[in-house]
Amino acid sequence: MKRVSLVFTLALAAGLSTQIASAQTLKTVTDRGMLSCGVSQGLPGFSAPDDKGNWTGIDVDVCRAVAAVIFNDPSKVKFVPLSAKDRFTALQSGEIDVLSRNTTWTLSRDTSLGANFTGVTYYDGQGFLVKKSLKVNSALELNSASVCVQTGTTTEQNLADYFKSNNMKYEVIAFGTADETVKAYESGRCDVFTSDVSQLYAERLKLANPADHAVLPEVISKEPLGPMVRHGDDQWFDLVKWVLFAMVDAEELGITQKNVDDMAKSDKPELKRVFGTDGNLGEQLGVTKDWVSRIIKATGNYGEMFDRNVGAGSKLGIARGLNQLWNKGGIQYAPPIR
Amino acid sequence: MTIESRPPPPQFVAKLRRALGGRAGWSGFVFQILFTAALIWIGYEIVANARANLQSQRIASGFGFLDNTAGFDVSQTLIPYSGSDTYTRVFFVGLANTLLVSVIGIFFATVIGFIVALGRLSPNWLLARIAGAYVEVIRNLPVLFQILFWYLAVLAALPNPRQSISVFGSFFLNSRGLFIPQPIANPGFLPFAIAVLVAIIVALGLRSYARQQLFAHGRVLLIWPYVLGVLIGLPLITSLLLGAPLTFEFPQLKGFNFAGGSRVIPEFVALTLALSLYTAAFIAEIVRAGIQSVHKGQMEAGASLGLSRGATLRLIVVPQAMRVILPPLTSQYLNLTKNSSLAVAIGYPDLVSVFTGTTLSQTGQAVEIIAITMGVYLLLSLVTSAIMNFYGWRLSRSLGNT
Repeated sequence: MKRVSLVFTLALAAGLSTQIASAQTLKTVTDRGMLSCGVSQGLPGFSAPDDKGNWTGIDVDVCRAVAAVIFNDPSKVKFVPLSAKDRFTALQSGEIDVLSRNTTWTLSRDTSLGANFTGVTYYDGQGFLVKKSLKVNSALELNSASVCVQTGTTTEQNLADYFKSNNMKYEVIAFGTADETVKAYESGRCDVFTSDVSQLYAERLKLANPADHAVLPEVISKEPLGPMVRHGDDQWFDLVKWVLFAMVDAEELGITQKNVDDMAKSDKPELKRVFGTDGNLGEQLGVTKDWVSRIIKATGNYGEMFDRNVGAGSKLGIARGLNQLWNKGGIQYAPPIR
Repeated sequence: MTIESRPPPPQFVAKLRRALGGRAGWSGFVFQILFTAALIWIGYEIVANARANLQSQRIASGFGFLDNTAGFDVSQTLIPYSGSDTYTRVFFVGLANTLLVSVIGIFFATVIGFIVALGRLSPNWLLARIAGAYVEVIRNLPVLFQILFWYLAVLAALPNPRQSISVFGSFFLNSRGLFIPQPIANPGFLPFAIAVLVAIIVALGLRSYARQQLFAHGRVLLIWPYVLGVLIGLPLITSLLLGAPLTFEFPQLKGFNFAGGSRVIPEFVALTLALSLYTAAFIAEIVRAGIQSVHKGQMEAGASLGLSRGATLRLIVVPQAMRVILPPLTSQYLNLTKNSSLAVAIGYPDLVSVFTGTTLSQTGQAVEIIAITMGVYLLLSLVTSAIMNFYGWRLSRSLGNT
């Protein structure tokens, strides 16, 4: 970890001279024939390798969709696993083209890191996981508890704010990786493990007896998670942003992996624009006209991607909640493709 | 094939060669200045280039972030700290934790290392084999692995707070750490501390007087009753006159955990244990090599003077061995200090964890923070080296090898 961040930093300090030409990320990626995508070190549902070494998850699918648009091949992605504290340096130094690693969108990260968030892939919030044997029903009963967190996340600040504003004492133990954090929680070093709720559900699956642990009802923060790209390349920023929008719009329009070929033949004006049979919207993004069907064939629409990775079709079984479409009770909303 | 006679090098080339050789004279001096200037220029270019590019990408730079509020908490703080303090304060909290684990680790590593080395050299077959096995097992396993092992081993052995192991109802041991009564200074504490100090100085004075008498006049003085009397008597009198110097606040179970008292966290114990044991294996080999480098005639000479094996080692062999031991021992101290940066793996809040970890990811100012951290470790290492070199210089002077 330490060595990795040192390498990135040296690359950042000395190698930035080559970075100045980063205004052409799309060209660089096309020439390289491979998209370089920063992901987590293994978070089920978001980005985790399976037993054959294939990466799956929401964050992974975003990168696969971008690769599908550029190369018409969702497998042309190199996944770079990053710890929470190394991720931004890896993006700044040019090691990766997209950071798609369950990263919370905050003002300071959007400005001072030299990078931009392109959208929200998952609306999350911070919660608490406790052992059921402690008989705690609310986060407000956690006075004097020991809390395990992963360092380098927004979690540590939220935690401090929450306990301070509720006049509760606590002890924080911060670990380098999620695995180390969970191990310490499991061995009894802490009463509580805190992280984004989606992550709590994912990590709970790794525990010896998942049923002995419960996620408390309180959600103490807003954690909109999304992909990031470097400042200074608006074309690349637009492309990554609209790949996600296209997935959400496709769900709203009822385009699925199964019916995408039929829908592409439709003569509805709206669908003709989306599929590029009318106009050249894809070319305005710097890619081909059939960009939307490439995305849907690769990963499906937003709803399909959600269900497969974290929703009803996955082991996590997380309800859509806030991540439902805006016209179905959630807040996922994308600007129109026209 | 013809062999052409080579022309002698012209005057200029000869001069340049001399300059590059740089043995003496003004031309060598010029070349050194030019070389230094080139180095400085390259360094400046790297810094200026990085800065320009950081600005063009609008990545925040500079050291202003150090005054911002940190907003997160730390589990072990040797200086007062809360979430509303600045990143500068976080830096010092982390530095203090790093220093604590380094100093205590170095102490135990040295003690264990010397014991194991003496064990390995012992004529006792079993003892020598056990010490040898210790060295071979410990130094051949990765240190990060050992840190994790001790952490999880320590944690697994400890009960949760509600089933704490209690000693005399005032010491409690559980998975949150070791809770001990916290001493609180009373008004009589300062006179008491002064009395202890005076007693120690008097005792040391007595000892050097006794040594002087022994070496100068061959008189053996019996001083230990006086030393004991001073060491116990003086502090006792002050505390009888001014009341107990300290009272203790006892830890009590409240809610999830104990409140009051002081505490040693398990992360600290595991890290210190792992680093001490690991470094001790290397120190043991260094000490063994040092002792074996002293001619065995010295050992025999000591024996023929009627000194015991222990006294021969202590008075004759080890002082000579120290000259060989010191330089590699210094390296081991530096290694231990640097290895303490692995603390983040087990959640011990050292400098790398709270500053290079949390602070870096909250501010995103990688270049500045990594630079500061590297500077700190460099400084710590140089100070350690300086202390050890000073000790070595004094030692060689006292051995008469200036």
